[in-house]
Amino acid sequence: METFITIIAGVLFTIGTYLILSKGLVRIILGISLFTHGVHLLLMAVNGLKKGGAPLLGEATDVYTDPLPQALILTSIVISFALTAFSLVLGYRTYVELGTDDLEQLKGDPNE
Amino acid sequence: MNNLVILPILLPLLTGILMFFIPRQIRLQQAMAVAGALITLGTSLLIVSSISDNGIQILNMGGWEAPFGITLVADMLAGLLVTTASIVTLVCLLYAFYATNQEQKKFYVYPLIMILLCGVNGSFLTGDIFNLFVFFEVMLISSYALISLGGGKIQLRETIKYVVTNIISSMLFVIAIAYLYSITGTLNMAHLSERVALAGQDGLITTVSLLFLIVFGLKAALLLFFWLPGSYSAPPAAIAALFAALLTKVGIYAIMRMFTLIFYHQSELTHTILVWMSALTMVLGAVGAIAYSDIRRILAYNVIVSVGFIVFGVAVASEAALSGSVFYLIHDMLAKALIFILGGAIISIAGTDKLREIPGLIRFRPTLGWLFFLSVLALAGVPPLSGFVGKVMILQGGVDQRYYVMAAVGILTSLLVMYSAMKIFINSFWGETLLSEGEEKSSGKGYLLPGSILAALLIGLGLGAEPMMEYVGQAVEVMLNPTLYIEAVLP
Amino acid sequence: MKFTDVILQTSTKILVFIILTFSIYVMFAGHNNPGGGFIGGLITASALILLYIAFDVKTVHEIIPIDFKLIGAAGVLISLLTGIGSLALGYPFLSQAFAYRDLPLFGKTELATAVIFDLGVYMAVVGTTMTIILSIGEDE
Repeated sequence: METFITIIAGVLFTIGTYLILSKGLVRIILGISLFTHGVHLLLMAVNGLKKGGAPLLGEATDVYTDPLPQALILTSIVISFALTAFSLVLGYRTYVELGTDDLEQLKGDPNE
Repeated sequence: MNNLVILPILLPLLTGILMFFIPRQIRLQQAMAVAGALITLGTSLLIVSSISDNGIQILNMGGWEAPFGITLVADMLAGLLVTTASIVTLVCLLYAFYATNQEQKKFYVYPLIMILLCGVNGSFLTGDIFNLFVFFEVMLISSYALISLGGGKIQLRETIKYVVTNIISSMLFVIAIAYLYSITGTLNMAHLSERVALAGQDGLITTVSLLFLIVFGLKAALLLFFWLPGSYSAPPAAIAALFAALLTKVGIYAIMRMFTLIFYHQSELTHTILVWMSALTMVLGAVGAIAYSDIRRILAYNVIVSVGFIVFGVAVASEAALSGSVFYLIHDMLAKALIFILGGAIISIAGTDKLREIPGLIRFRPTLGWLFFLSVLALAGVPPLSGFVGKVMILQGGVDQRYYVMAAVGILTSLLVMYSAMKIFINSFWGETLLSEGEEKSSGKGYLLPGSILAALLIGLGLGAEPMMEYVGQAVEVMLNPTLYIEAVLP
Repeated sequence: MKFTDVILQTSTKILVFIILTFSIYVMFAGHNNPGGGFIGGLITASALILLYIAFDVKTVHEIIPIDFKLIGAAGVLISLLTGIGSLALGYPFLSQAFAYRDLPLFGKTELATAVIFDLGVYMAVVGTTMTIILSIGEDE
């Protein structure tokens, strides 16, 4: 199962990277959010999936799953949620102010 | 347990949040910001003195013992950097009162600066690697908002580049942490150091350390600095000064911490890469600094050169070189803030940042001129200013460890830095005065107080290098003996 | 943004209350069980966003005349103050405490300071999410 999740994470990285390298601002933001999802999946996969019971009070099992990776993922999701939201607002403002979402047209001078 | 350690993180955040409730009362916001920064500075000085008296200060947050909870660790390195960051923020705030316009002030510029300080101090003080990531993000998110202030074409474009670059590097940071956690099973830095030392730094861990190097290289503009010149020339001068003084330095601090505390076993590989990266950074940064002819770009490339120089000392990793690095890091935070503030003042007086169009300002602005001259000397490392001590020690350490070529590169790039900064001085202060008294684009006042505070500090740091070295020595002692750090955190 | 969708508006009127109730349950469950301030805040925000989609921004703003920025800031402030509370009592920052008390109506209840922290997180999440969405949505 870990292998499978890792492959999915790899696929997400690939698509994310492809989208980030494109010119449209919305595509870039979508690429970023796919990339972060890939990271979160990877974070879960490399630390092992479901090695024991849920780490909750009252669950009577001998082995508990390590809750820390999940806590890390939650934190990371919150942060990437804020970042994606910020970049969406930024992209929208750029579109409103400058009338384009094409990065090619945002260049400062031709030699840049 | 010492609750003092949390205060440099807590106080800026608290003042920042309180300011959100009074978005219209700019005067009150300014007073609160200055008060918050001053109290933060006071507490960080208290922390430094208590570290100096009683050794490394620890706070296990929420009462959870290390390595299970999040630990804040204030060793001398962190203490000194927190103090410097608070000073720089205070000074940049004073300049921001003049150098931001009314619209920017309404757009929460002071709360954002305080939250930035919270993130910076948190990054210095945390002893948990995931918490380091979180504080990096606190710092970066407020910097995203600060850099986009104004919302003109340049700001929006540079913000997009800056945000995308930093999100990617943050995600690489998370990946590196995930790998490290799956290998070692801990996130506490002291515990990590212990376990890596116990298990031996094998190929896998070294690879992870290189991933960390890429991440921090992006944040610190070490070789991967392509994003820096653009984004540091977009925001208002006060914000640019704050960025130049603080943001890349946090990345350098992370490199220092990681490669002296955790990944120091395979130094023939990792530290060799560090040496090469720093040398390339110095050369490329110096080329950029002499190639451009507008003030903002030249100053931005100067930031890059000094990053390379400081990391060179870290890579050499001898006692002299590390002391030099720490000293130069503190010096550079002050000097970069000073020269960016003065550069901003020149730009606002002349109304342009193109060197060829700036008339000779020395007749009307002698104070500004001589302050700028002083900051150029400080950047170049002319005694008795503080840059000299750090530079000499880094170079001495480099020569001792037989890095002759790199040391030569360091000296050469220092000269080029001086040339590039002197170019600004000559072009904007010498020559025919084209402007008459009333014609200036703006009075450009407001640089005087922050500029003279910083200049006084630079001279003081240079003259008082001897007592200062005592504190730096304590910081370096911990860097050279990771056991000191481990014993303090895991008793 | 002028459109009237009878089905959406009618079902929203009922759904919003179900979602809000669930969000409050999730928030208070979060101390020892799955749930918590963050997820509760997001659920509340989703209910509010449903309102904004079903009716237009102006109408909802008349019903709920709140500046969400302040809600967010107040949330962070509350969370910080719970941390400072432990600081003032001489415990490490963010220490928590809990006790069992007999409350009228509820019976024996666990009271934990972590819930206050969670309340702060809840408000911060609602505030930030709504600020971000409205900053795009309020533009015509």
